[in-house]
Amino acid sequence: MSRPLGESHKRFLQTMMVNGIIDGAKARALHRHCCETHGAHYAHDKLDEFIEVINAQLQPMFMQIRKGMSEEDGLQYHALVNMAETDVTRMSTDYADNELELFRKTMDLIVDSDNGTASSTDILNCADSLQTKKLKKRETEHVLNRLVQDKWLNEKNGDYSLSTRCIMEMEQYIRMLYQDQVKVCHICHNVALQCQMCENPTCGIKIHTPCVARYFKGRTDPRCPACEDFWPHEIPDVYRPPSSQSETQSAAKENTAPTPTPRSTAQTRRTRRS
Amino acid sequence: MSQRKRASNTQSSQNKGVRSQRWEAVLGDDEDDPSFTQPSTSQVQKGLDRLTPAQVDLKTAEVVQFIFVKDQKKFPIRRADIVKHVVKEYRNIYPEIIKRVGCVFETVFGLKLVEIDSKNHVYILINKLEQLEGESLNMSPSNPKTGLLFVILSIVFMKGGVVKESMVWNTLKKLRVDQGERHEIFGDVKKVVTDEFVRQRYLEYVRIPHTEPLEFEFRWGQRADMEVSKVKLLEFIGQLHEQDPQSWTQQYREATAPPAAPAVVTSANTSASVSQR
Repeated sequence: MSRPLGESHKRFLQTMMVNGIIDGAKARALHRHCCETHGAHYAHDKLDEFIEVINAQLQPMFMQIRKGMSEEDGLQYHALVNMAETDVTRMSTDYADNELELFRKTMDLIVDSDNGTASSTDILNCADSLQTKKLKKRETEHVLNRLVQDKWLNEKNGDYSLSTRCIMEMEQYIRMLYQDQVKVCHICHNVALQCQMCENPTCGIKIHTPCVARYFKGRTDPRCPACEDFWPHEIPDVYRPPSSQSETQSAAKENTAPTPTPRSTAQTRRTRRS
Repeated sequence: MSQRKRASNTQSSQNKGVRSQRWEAVLGDDEDDPSFTQPSTSQVQKGLDRLTPAQVDLKTAEVVQFIFVKDQKKFPIRRADIVKHVVKEYRNIYPEIIKRVGCVFETVFGLKLVEIDSKNHVYILINKLEQLEGESLNMSPSNPKTGLLFVILSIVFMKGGVVKESMVWNTLKKLRVDQGERHEIFGDVKKVVTDEFVRQRYLEYVRIPHTEPLEFEFRWGQRADMEVSKVKLLEFIGQLHEQDPQSWTQQYREATAPPAAPAVVTSANTSASVSQR
């Protein structure tokens, strides 16, 4: 049943529109802020229902606020996604044809790769052989910067990966375009670009790096959930965001069973491949 | 004919078919489409009878998306563009579509679609939710241009609603914003203030007649009138000067006067027939 939206819902939605994507902690804070601002009933554990009310109204507009996991830190994010576009064309208001072609090629490289990234060198090479119109080095760098700013790509040490928002928004398109070529996480069943793979040649299942952290946490003898071969890769730590006073409780609930002392080096370590 | 074909397309691709056109073509400024005249109420009803609710809903969604895209720069949106690029062959039910679109903006997003020019049929999308000061939960780095705009709006308001261009520049210069120099954040300040803010309808930049050399004055634009709370502005200035906002009696009176009703897109004015316009 679609309930009419209160001002608190609209404010939440407007903020989502401005930001595109926000992490779980900010979503909870925003929920509280919106309810308090407009004197709406607030319950800290009712965020999902609050969003469902908004989504019911957004559905005829082919938009939804969706939850997704970041491949980088394993945290949950909320993103406003456009359901109507099944293609990269939803970006075509902001990017020229050849820039979109570069983005598509970057996506090809990323999906193809072992570690879900594409190096700037490889992307620059693509820029040189675009079918629409070639891009020079400086122009390519400029486009890549914009793509990062607009939250389609992440950049780290010259390597580019698809942002959480990008994956959430384009998951359908990615699956349709790449079919069997794209890796899927055995644990959470979403598209998996930054992941580990079972080394058993007859198995070969993939698991997101953060999903690995959670699934194998605390196990001394990690085994592949599908074929039970030894899981040879380094099991990263579960990422714990730097906790603020009010957020410690909810952060603990969100990720795993709470540990007695917070870990200091919170980042998940990248796997070392042979 | 083409409508029946569209019917089958939409039924099967309900969730996918909102937009397939290329947007770049759509973003350029078009000339006014002289062939579009507002259909009458009976024409609209006939048109609606021939379509399924799903088709009308889909078209409404497309217009909403289109307006969001066009609104990104905050420049006004022309009815001609909406009709040409999105509504297309559904133009005979345009009033119904735009009415629903207006409704969606209000009930879902807390925005208002306002026709600011009923002669040339131009709309702007304004925010009905109060912009809270220090809304750090807005999270995105606040646009520095907003600060600049706010200063100019304050100057104009405190001076009674109209201010000579030179006064604005002199005041900004004291804040180290010089129209003659390239500003590290705003770039070409003169362009931002006299072109961008004006196109966005935040300011009006009007020639003062019979001035030699040519002089201009600033006034609040229609968007500022609708979006900016004069009361809040006065409170802000009060804080700045550590004075009670009410100490500026004239400005306070103006700030608290009931607002003039804007031409909001409602059912009342969209089903009007051509002859009434």
